[in-house]
Amino acid sequence: MAKITLDNLAHSYLPNPKGEDDFALKELNHDWVDGEAYALLGASGCGKSTLLNIISGLLHPSQGRILFDDKDVTHAPTTERNIAQVFQFPVVYDTMTVRDNLAFPLRNRGADAAYVAQRVQQIAAMIGMEDMLNRKARGLAADAKQKISLGRGMVREDVNALLFDEPLTVIDPHMKWELRTQLKSLHHEFGHTMIYVTHDQTEALTFADKVAVMFDGRVVQMGTPQELFERPEHTFVGYFIGSPGMNVLNAEVTGDRAMIAGTQVALGRDFGAPTGKVELGVRPEFTRLTSEDTGLPVTIKRIEDVGRHKIVRADFEGTPLNVIVEEGREISPDMTRITFDPAGVNIYADSWRVAPKGDAA
Amino acid sequence: MNKTVNQKAWFLILPVLVLVAFSAVIPLMTVVNYSVQDTFGNNQFFWAGLEWFEEMLDSERMWDALGRQLAFSAIILAIEIPLGIFVALNMPKSGFWASLCLVLMSLPLLIPWNVVGTIWQIFGRVDIGLLGHTLAAMGIDYNYTQNIYAAWITVIVMDVWHWTSLVALLAYAGLQSIPDAYYQAAKIDQASRWKVFRFIELPKIMGVLMIAILLRFMDSFMIYTEPFVVTGGGPGNATTFLSIDLVKMALGQFDLGPAAAFSIMYYLVILLISYVFYTVMTNLDKREGY
Repeated sequence: MAKITLDNLAHSYLPNPKGEDDFALKELNHDWVDGEAYALLGASGCGKSTLLNIISGLLHPSQGRILFDDKDVTHAPTTERNIAQVFQFPVVYDTMTVRDNLAFPLRNRGADAAYVAQRVQQIAAMIGMEDMLNRKARGLAADAKQKISLGRGMVREDVNALLFDEPLTVIDPHMKWELRTQLKSLHHEFGHTMIYVTHDQTEALTFADKVAVMFDGRVVQMGTPQELFERPEHTFVGYFIGSPGMNVLNAEVTGDRAMIAGTQVALGRDFGAPTGKVELGVRPEFTRLTSEDTGLPVTIKRIEDVGRHKIVRADFEGTPLNVIVEEGREISPDMTRITFDPAGVNIYADSWRVAPKGDAA
Repeated sequence: MNKTVNQKAWFLILPVLVLVAFSAVIPLMTVVNYSVQDTFGNNQFFWAGLEWFEEMLDSERMWDALGRQLAFSAIILAIEIPLGIFVALNMPKSGFWASLCLVLMSLPLLIPWNVVGTIWQIFGRVDIGLLGHTLAAMGIDYNYTQNIYAAWITVIVMDVWHWTSLVALLAYAGLQSIPDAYYQAAKIDQASRWKVFRFIELPKIMGVLMIAILLRFMDSFMIYTEPFVVTGGGPGNATTFLSIDLVKMALGQFDLGPAAAFSIMYYLVILLISYVFYTVMTNLDKREGY
């Protein structure tokens, strides 16, 4: 187990990167604290897997250093880093039995036979494949194969970190919950540093203590699920996390007032005078429909009842807006205006969040 | 659903029936016809029953040729398959050098059989051939027209030169289809190079390898042109393989009856072995665990 430090790390798949656009992973400084469970969340092609492969040593970064417990491992081969990694698609050794598959990483490191047997049994119980241990891995269904891959990743107890690259893509939904819960309990039990790459926000938010949201080769925000929800540092985090994502409107902001297409909105806090492309972001959870004469006039397009609440899809001068209405609250035809809860309003300048005055963050 | 019945549709398969009849059925039946008759010339034939088959099964000459044939096929498979895999494993994975390798390796496959024979026939000659002359100059007794071992080695090396590329190209294609994740997982699992080959590469190329073995077996089992051009089946009968013997019998001695019986048995052996290969290959994909 180790603390993993990324120091000025960046990577480009091109031999001679010219500008920042050529980098799949833009310059990055970060510490992964020993024993925490992290999720790397982002859309496809944002550099998540690149970052993961650099940490595991399958890829060598174009610049910067990686430190494990302050020891430079930037150019150390994968085997020296003592990392376990599970890939998106199942990797099993077809000709081996399930038992041999699970024992493979231990045997390759010359572990004692009795220990291997006991450890394999333990892992098999965890992934629920005890009765299949003597079966050949060939011909198993994709989710069974992926469970073997997961098992092989977890079989070593002394790893520096456990990396998961969208490991549950091929698993059935009900199995996903189960395996994710097991991964979490495993984390509590052994305290491995875990980094879990995914594009599924539910997966990231339920698995990790801290979620790093990546966008266009950059970690735009790293925080607890609650921080990501309440204070998205970048409009992308707002869009990407939440269901539906944050409403973003062009605005002119001076002090504690915002003008949105001619309508004034009170912000409750002083944001100074941000310049550039200024936007107001507010989550549907902090947005209310009202029949009073204040707020933004909207046209309601449709209402979706998702059970726990209703989602109102509305339109404000061409910009789509979503409102979440608690279950049991009536929506009447005269509710044609929208107001925001000032506590849930964030202001963005050029996509990055502007901290209000008096706010330490 | 109502099926439309239109008997005239049978006419649509007429062309292929005619084609197959002329290219396969009629020639094969001619051979069957010869195999059960005897002739003393003048185009007069007599019914001989299964006499020729019995004679051929008792014939030492045929069993010797079959023995040589099996030995030849076994030897070239034992060399070409491992060598082809080895070459494929060491070929560049992508880029200019990979393309160059592929082109160079395809070249022997594009040369007609009799030209290959001629190349090696001249190459091995002691008087003017580069190989033969060099070996002779080094004091090695190499003469494929007199020495049995020299003749066998020449024929085998020639076949290896001609056909190893095929195995290598097939194995290479198989290797290219292995996803990177397998190699990455093996690194994470600290698998040795041998284990990577044994547990990842070999199982993944097994399918194409079976095809390579089948193709090489069939081709080597029917080999005619190359050894015929180089050694003519000699010295003595040392490199007289089944096809060469068959041609000697049918065209050299004009023993049509025995040669026809021989052909049919030859054909059945190839059919049988191919069937076994096919069964093994198709089952390979369907194998379950346990």
